Amino acid sequence: MKKSINKNIANWSYDIYQVLSQNNAKQIAYVPDAGHKELIEYCENNKSMKMVSLTSEEEGLGLLAGAWLGGEKGVLLMQSSGVGNCINAIASITRACDFPLLMLITMRGEWNEFNPWQVPMGQATEKVLEALNVVTTRCNKIEEISDAVSAMLGLAYKSNCISAVLLSQRLIGAKSFKE
Amino acid sequence: MNNYELNRRYVISELLKNRKDNLVINGLGGTCWDVASLGDNKLNFYVWGGMGNASMIGLGLALSQPNKKIIVVTGDGEMLMGLGSLVTIAVKKPKNLAIVVFDNELYGETGNQKTHTAYGVDLSEIAMGSGIKNSKILQSKTDLKILSEDINQINELSFTQIKINNELGETVLPIREGPYIKSRFRETLLGKEALLE
Repeated sequence: MKKSINKNIANWSYDIYQVLSQNNAKQIAYVPDAGHKELIEYCENNKSMKMVSLTSEEEGLGLLAGAWLGGEKGVLLMQSSGVGNCINAIASITRACDFPLLMLITMRGEWNEFNPWQVPMGQATEKVLEALNVVTTRCNKIEEISDAVSAMLGLAYKSNCISAVLLSQRLIGAKSFKE
Repeated sequence: MNNYELNRRYVISELLKNRKDNLVINGLGGTCWDVASLGDNKLNFYVWGGMGNASMIGLGLALSQPNKKIIVVTGDGEMLMGLGSLVTIAVKKPKNLAIVVFDNELYGETGNQKTHTAYGVDLSEIAMGSGIKNSKILQSKTDLKILSEDINQINELSFTQIKINNELGETVLPIREGPYIKSRFRETLLGKEALLE
């Protein structure tokens, strides 16, 4: 079971990687999540992508604002709890200056979640993003992901929006603490 | 009350007098007024909010513009809120980034409450421990003169904590509309075509 989940993740992770690569996303900022593992590895293997491991997700908002000031696109990878760490920076930097931003968020705290400490922030994630006027689309199926990432990246960088793709826990699979 | 030799407006004028076309990012509050006190410059990105993120804006800019020098000028309170960014920046080690912290040991915009540096927290040691080898603390005119000669040309990531007294200069407010500051900066740095993408 575990292997088949990882194979799925590897496939759609490669789809996301291709969209990022084809659209010239250069700065890949992330706080790792198991759901982003394969995507991070694909990006690491592309020498034209600059990987920036963050100590906290909010650093990514400053980083990607600076990247755009210098003419580079980027993306912020995180899990849903990271949205909570980003709130003021999204509002007070990205929104205040109309910087473009794409966030790819793997969801916790919803589909068959084992860890109750993940549920409150997971359930609040979409409401928090809505309060910040982030354009959000949710992917529940693998075949939706590539188009969604492409469209949200376009919205961000063509129209100065803040956009987010939520990769649902149903899609990724609930984290197992027993394997 | 602290009695350091250096005054913040003297420091900013020394620090940026040889900036040429170097790119300058300030932290919110006092260092924003300090940068503005030297006159407007289209290659200043005036940060008015997002406390704790000034150095990260500097990192993103440094990575995207490796042939330009980026100088981040921020305060001790702003830096303290983003200490994690020192670790992140140290890992990337951009040679074209200089971080300078004006340390008056106070939250100057909110009633002069003491910051952690007033109790001995040494930001330059934290930067050094993070892996920024060129990290130092200075508090004399002589050391400032050396810094102002070095900072606009050295090809190495650096962190400098400058102890300043709490004399305030005149509050000089720069433009504050974020989208305009951003687009003006991009047009000046990248050319008009950057706005047509």
